[in-house]
Amino acid sequence: MSTTTLSPADEPVRFYDFDEHPHPEGYSTMLGFWIYLMSDCLIFAILFACYAVLGGNFAAGPGPKELFDLPLVALNTAMLLFSSITYGFAMLGMARGNKNQVLIWLAVTLVFGACFLGIELYEFSELIHEGAGPWRSAFLSSFFTLVGTHGLHVTFGSIWLVTLMVQVSRFGLTAANQRRLACLSLFWHFLDVIWIGVFTFVYLMGMLR
Amino acid sequence: MSHDPHTQGAHAHGDHGHGDHGHGVEIPHGSMRDYVIGFVLSVILTAIPFWLVMARPLSDGATAAAIMALAMVQIVVHMVYFLHLSPKAEGGWSVTALLFTIIVVAIMLSGSLWVMYHLNANMMPLHDPSQLP
Repeated sequence: MSTTTLSPADEPVRFYDFDEHPHPEGYSTMLGFWIYLMSDCLIFAILFACYAVLGGNFAAGPGPKELFDLPLVALNTAMLLFSSITYGFAMLGMARGNKNQVLIWLAVTLVFGACFLGIELYEFSELIHEGAGPWRSAFLSSFFTLVGTHGLHVTFGSIWLVTLMVQVSRFGLTAANQRRLACLSLFWHFLDVIWIGVFTFVYLMGMLR
Repeated sequence: MSHDPHTQGAHAHGDHGHGDHGHGVEIPHGSMRDYVIGFVLSVILTAIPFWLVMARPLSDGATAAAIMALAMVQIVVHMVYFLHLSPKAEGGWSVTALLFTIIVVAIMLSGSLWVMYHLNANMMPLHDPSQLP
């Protein structure tokens, strides 16, 4: 204590900040994840640009018209669309706090995601079997890179989906798990948006080239 | 401004006017109606371009323009109904980030195509090697 006496009015106003974390945990997670998705968008934009530039260089090899099987692509697109709405149902179940509904719809989403990956791997293996692998021409290199990167994203999304199913079944719909489910929801629907670009720009436009 | 009792109301932290501190984070989710509308629209917007390319009722140019336009519409449908994007989401920062990304992507795509097209046109291989000097 200082020897000078101060009246309470002269005492400088002090602020004590007891609250180290003024924001609830994870308050910025959704925005941060959105920024990540935007940067992922740039990765895909670069791969789309590569395909746009190289997509006509067949090196006297097969072109899109000989290689692409549109009914198969349509089936693949349907798988991804179905998985999108079933993930939506899981999110609705989460909003209601219904753990079983979340788990069931996540499982259905996983099945559709796995079907998508299975069909894509089948398509790739057919192409490689025909000798139209990524080494054949610049067109096929850029095709495999673009579509393969999307497939890789779906693969990691599926792994994340399984992880969250385990998390939810063990710990329930805690705040952290709800946040994770919301992030995966953004990721999953974002992949669907990228796929719109892929089937339009690569497959459908390829048939018109 | 939030008036958390801990901050004594004197200086709130930043200007995050959520007003729901301590009540957890609001997780965005749509309604059943949103998802069903989004799904039906995207099925229609997917089926039309596939039909246009498989049945070919239009000329090449018109088909290309139509499927590109339908893809744009479908992307917007997905953004609104599945990703729940709205100008209000995250205080407008989601849309700001999206607009920035769209601008960068547009510059990059158009720039790449423009430059590479001219490069291709000027570096065309000679079809008749006897013309070489």
